[in-house]
Amino acid sequence: MIRSRLDPASEEHQRRRASMLAKLAELDAEHARAVGGGGAKYVERHRARGKLLARDRVELLIDADSPFLELSPLAAWGSDFPVGASMVSGIGVIEGVECVITANDPTVRGGASNPWTLKKSLRAADIALRNRLPYVNLVESGGADLPTQKEIFIPGGQIFRDLTRLSAAGIPTVALVFGNSTAGGAYVPGMSDYVVMVRERAKVFLGGPPLVKMATGEESDDESLGGAEMHARVSGLADYLAEDEHDALRIGRSIVRSLDWRKRGAVPLPAREPIYPADELLGIVPEDLKVPFDPREVIARVADGSEFEEFKPAYGVSLVTGWARIHGYPVGVLANAQGVLFSEESQKATQFIQLANQSRTPLVFLQNTTGYMVGKDYEQGGIIKHGAMMINAVSNSTVPHLTIVMGASYGAGNYGMCGRAYDPRFLFSWPSAKSAVMGPAQLAGVLSIVGRASARAKGLVYDEEADAAMRAMVEAQIEAESLAFFLSGRLYDDGVIDPRDTRTVLGMCLSAVNSAPVPEPAGFGVFRP
Amino acid sequence: MIDRLLVANRGEIARRVFRTCRSLGISTVAVYSDPDASAPHVSEADLAVRLPGAHPSETYLDAGLILAACRAAGADAVHPGYGFLSENADFAQAVLDAGLVWVGPPPAAIAAMGSKVAAKRLMAEAGVPVLPSLDPAAPGEFPLLVKASAGGGGRGMRVVREPGELAREIESAEREAAAAFGDGTVFVEPLLEAARHVEVQVLADRHGTVWALGERECSVQRRHQKVVEECPSPGISAALREHLFEAAARAARAIGHTGAGTVEFLVKGDRVAFLEMNTRLQVEHPVTELVHGVDLVRLQLEIAEGAALPASPPEPAGHAVEARLYAEDDGYLPQTGVLRRFEVPGDVRVDAGVESGSVVSPHYDAMLAKVVAHGSSRGEAVRRLATALRRAKLHGVTTNRDLLVRILTNPVFLAGDTHTGFLDPDGPVHGVPTRPRPAPDGATSDGPGGEPAGGLPALAAALALAAANRRDARVLAGLPSGWRNVRSQPRRARFAEAEIVYDPLPEHITVLSAEPDTVVLERDGVRHTFEVARYDGDPKVYVDHAGGCAVLTPLPRLPEPVEHVAPGSLLAPMPGSVLRVEVAAGDRVAKGQPVLVLEAMKMEHRVAAPVAGVVSGVHVEKGRQVEAGAVLAIIQEEST
Repeated sequence: MIRSRLDPASEEHQRRRASMLAKLAELDAEHARAVGGGGAKYVERHRARGKLLARDRVELLIDADSPFLELSPLAAWGSDFPVGASMVSGIGVIEGVECVITANDPTVRGGASNPWTLKKSLRAADIALRNRLPYVNLVESGGADLPTQKEIFIPGGQIFRDLTRLSAAGIPTVALVFGNSTAGGAYVPGMSDYVVMVRERAKVFLGGPPLVKMATGEESDDESLGGAEMHARVSGLADYLAEDEHDALRIGRSIVRSLDWRKRGAVPLPAREPIYPADELLGIVPEDLKVPFDPREVIARVADGSEFEEFKPAYGVSLVTGWARIHGYPVGVLANAQGVLFSEESQKATQFIQLANQSRTPLVFLQNTTGYMVGKDYEQGGIIKHGAMMINAVSNSTVPHLTIVMGASYGAGNYGMCGRAYDPRFLFSWPSAKSAVMGPAQLAGVLSIVGRASARAKGLVYDEEADAAMRAMVEAQIEAESLAFFLSGRLYDDGVIDPRDTRTVLGMCLSAVNSAPVPEPAGFGVFRP
Repeated sequence: MIDRLLVANRGEIARRVFRTCRSLGISTVAVYSDPDASAPHVSEADLAVRLPGAHPSETYLDAGLILAACRAAGADAVHPGYGFLSENADFAQAVLDAGLVWVGPPPAAIAAMGSKVAAKRLMAEAGVPVLPSLDPAAPGEFPLLVKASAGGGGRGMRVVREPGELAREIESAEREAAAAFGDGTVFVEPLLEAARHVEVQVLADRHGTVWALGERECSVQRRHQKVVEECPSPGISAALREHLFEAAARAARAIGHTGAGTVEFLVKGDRVAFLEMNTRLQVEHPVTELVHGVDLVRLQLEIAEGAALPASPPEPAGHAVEARLYAEDDGYLPQTGVLRRFEVPGDVRVDAGVESGSVVSPHYDAMLAKVVAHGSSRGEAVRRLATALRRAKLHGVTTNRDLLVRILTNPVFLAGDTHTGFLDPDGPVHGVPTRPRPAPDGATSDGPGGEPAGGLPALAAALALAAANRRDARVLAGLPSGWRNVRSQPRRARFAEAEIVYDPLPEHITVLSAEPDTVVLERDGVRHTFEVARYDGDPKVYVDHAGGCAVLTPLPRLPEPVEHVAPGSLLAPMPGSVLRVEVAAGDRVAKGQPVLVLEAMKMEHRVAAPVAGVVSGVHVEKGRQVEAGAVLAIIQEEST
C-alpha cells in the first residue's frame, strides 16, 4: 500500500486545489455550452415539436442509474463551430451491454455535420471497433454543413465504411432514426444492421422533392420518398416502425437485449475503494508545471485499496512503474515522477511494457513529462537509442493502453508516454494538462536564440524590443495552443476530466476494453542495442 | 375432559382458540375450505379436515360436513368461534346429539336470542330496559329504525326519517332479511341517534354463577360494523355501569345462558336500551381479557367441561383498546390479493388470521387481524396502539390502517367522546384534522427549502430503486450511481403518486446511506430511516417509516405508445382486394368467425373475428383495393 505524504491542510495543497477548482469551473462552463446545444431558442422550438433533446434520448436509452462516459464533449472548442460539434457521443450501458452511442443534436444547425462532427463520429466508430462495443446511432441530422463540404465530403465516406466494417467484425450497429437522415445521411440507416424509424418523424431519402423535381421532373412528397411508414411497409429499409420517440428508444433497448451480448475480455475481481480520498487529487498538480509532483500520490487515490507494487523503484527514478488494480482490473502503470526521461527511465519503461505484454495486462500512462533529456552527455550516452527503444515498445505493445495527461506532455515524451499518435484505446486530460513540442517559454527562447544568431551572421543589430514582443507573442500563442480545452477541441484527446473522476473513467475504459478479447501477443521490433 | 377440539371456524378466531388449547394440552382440529387450504389456522392445527368448495354455505356453514369432520378426526368437542354456526341452535343440538362437547350455551338459550322480536319481549319481561317496538302503521316518532328479527351485521336494517318512506323501507328490509337469513320478519324501533354502543361481557357456569365481566365500548363503527373497541367505556358513570351489569346478568339468567356471552346496549345519557345478546365469544373479547387478566376461551372450555366459576370475577386493571385491521379501501370496499408482508411491532397483542404471504380471498370477512394494546391508562393504551399500527408493515393489500391511526389520534376520540355516528362522513374523523404530531415524521410534503414532491418517503423509494439498479447491474456495477462526466439533467424518479428529483438533492437533505432495502436521510440535522420493500409480481414500492407506510408505483421510463387504431380493428394483413364481406354492421360474431375474405397474390386470405362481439363497422366493400394495415372492420368485444 502506498503511504501518502500529502498534507491536505498545507497552504501549498490548498493553493493548488483552488487553482484546479477554478479550472474545473471553466470546464463546467464549457460543458454547459455543449449541453446547451443550439441555445434556448432552438431547444424550446425542438421541445415544442414534441421531440426529445439528444441527451434526453441518450438518458432514456441507457439503463437507469448506470454511468455514461461522454466522449469528446469539447469537440470544436476554439473553432467556428459550437462546442460539442452538434453531436453527443459516449459509452453507455443498454440492457446490461456497454455500447458506443452517438446522437445528433438537431438544435445545433439542424444537427448538420461539420468537420469536427466528422472527427467525433469517426472517433466513436473507432472506439466501437477496437473495443468491440455495439454501436447505436440516434439519427436526426440535416446532413453536411455545405459551406465546409470540402472538409467533409471525401473523408466523410469513412462513416459508412466504418459502419459496415463494424458489422463485418461482428459488432452490431443500430440506427434509431428520429428525424431527417437524408442524402449521404441516408446511408447511416442504410449501412446499419438494425433500423428503427419513428412514425411521421423519420425522413430518409437520397434526394428530397425539390431535387427529385430537378433531376427527373417527378412530383413527390417527403412521406412517399422517405417516410417511416413507407420504409417499414414498402422499401423495407426500416426494420421496426416506432409509434413515437419513446417507442423507438424502447425498441432500441429491446434490440440490444436480443443480441445476447457477451463480453470476451478479462473478468475483474471485486473492486476495493482506495484508502485515500479522490478529493485530494485536486491539490496535487502544481500551478506551475515546472514543479514536479509525485505520481504515487495520484495512484494512491486511483488504485484499488491504494495498493501499488512498484517495479524497479530504485532504478530510473524519474519514471515510476508498477502493478495495481483499478475497479478490479489488473493494470501496469507508467507515471512520470521528475518530468525528464533519461536513458535509465527509457530502458525501465521498455522492460516494463514487455512484461505487461507477457502477462497480457493493460497499461495506464500517467503523463507529466518534459521530454527526453538533452545535452552532450546524454546524446553521447545514447538517449536517442533508448528513447527509440521505449517508443518502439509503446508502438508495438498489443495490450490496451489508457493515457491520462495530468500535467506536461512535451516533446518526444508525449510519444514515449503513449500520446494520441500512439493509439491508446482512450486518452483523457486533466484541466491542468499541456501538450506541445516544448514549453512556451523554451520555444520562444529557442526562436530568439536562432533569430539572434541569424542577425549576427548577417551583421545586423538585433532588435531587442522586437525580440521581447516576439517572445511574448509566441509564448502566448503556444501557451494557448497547448491547453487542454484547445487540444480536446481538436479531438487530440477523448475529453477533459475532473481529476476526481480519474478512477471512474479508467474503470469504465477498462471495462470497455475488456468487451473485446484479450489481444494476442505480438513480436516486437528490433531494439537497438 | 376435552381431548381433541374441533374449531368450526377459520382465520384469527380459530388460531385464537387453538392457542388456548395448546396451553391446556388439548389436541386441535381445523376445518378449511379450498381457498383456505394454506391458511395459518390450518397449518397450526394438529389435524385438519377439508371442506370442499369456497362459499360459506358449502363449507363453514354446512353443519353436516362439520360433524362428519369431527367423526373423521376423532374430535370430542366443538368450538364454534363467532359468526358461521356459532349462534345456530340446531347445530348446537346436533353436536350434543352426536355425543360431543359443545363449547357454548344450551341450544335453548341460543334459540331464545335468535329472534330479536322474541328476545326483546323476553328481556322486557326480565326487567331489562328495551326500546319500545312501534306499530308500523302508526309509529308516532321519527326517525326510526327498521331491523330484521333474525338479523346482524346491518343487513335488513333501515334508518327511516320520513313517514312517507316507511312502507317502502319495510318492504325492502323484509326482502333483504329473507334473502340473507331465510326469515323476512322485521320490526320497528325508535332510532337512538348519537348514542354509545356499550356491551357487557357475561360468563355463566352450570352451577348458577353469572359474572358481568366488565363492559366494552364499541361506538366506533362503520356500516354497523365495529372498528375500534375498548374496555372500560370512557363515557359511562359508575352508577350506569352497575345498572348495565345488573341488566346483563338478568338477561343471561333469563335465558339460562352458560359460557361466554355479550349483552349489547345503546346508551345515550341516562337512557339505556337493550340491543341484543350474543350467545358466543365476541370478536372484541381480547380487551376484556387484557383488563381482567383472564383467558375467556379457557373459561369457556372449563365451563363446558362442567367446572364452576369463582363467586366473583377478577378486578379490572388499566385500559385496553382494540383496532380491527380490515383489508379495505377508504370507501370500505373489501380488498383482495397477496398480503406480501404482515408485521406489527411493539408491545401489543395481535390476533391475526393471516401472516406474511397470505392470500386475502374475496370469499370471507375482510378482517385481517385485531391489534390490541393494554396500558395503565386509556391514553397510554391508545398511544401504544396508534404507534404499533403506524409502524406495522402491511404490504400488498390496501388496509384501513391509516383510518385506524386517524381515529386513534383524533381529538374527539382521545376525549372519549364517541358515539355510533363517529365515522359518518360529516363526523369528526372526516371533518377535524388529526392531532398534529410533535416531531416531523418524514412524510410532510412541502417542508422548507424545496422539499421533494412526495416527501422523503418518495425520495427514499427513488434512492432505493437506484441502489437496486446498481446492485443488479451486469456491468460497471462498482461505478458511482448515475455517474456522468457531463451532466445534462437532474436524475428523476417518476411514480404514479409523485415525480421527484433525487440527484442533486436540496442542501438541507443529505443521504447518509442508500441500500436497496434501507435508506437513511438527514433533513435539517434530523435522521430519518426508511425501510423499502418490493416483491416479485408486485410493481409497487413500500416505504415504511416512523410516520406510516408510503406506497409508490414506479412508472415505466419508456411508456407504451398510444394505440393508433381503434380497439377491435381488423387490419388488412397485406395489400389486396376484398373478395367477399361476410358480415354486416350490427351482426353478432363468434370468435374465429370469418368476417371477410381478401384476395392477394391469387390466394384467398380469410380475416376472422379475433374476439366474440358485435360488428360495429365495416369499412370496405366487395371489390375494394386495400393497403396493408388498412382498417377493414371493427368488432366491439362482448363484455363478459
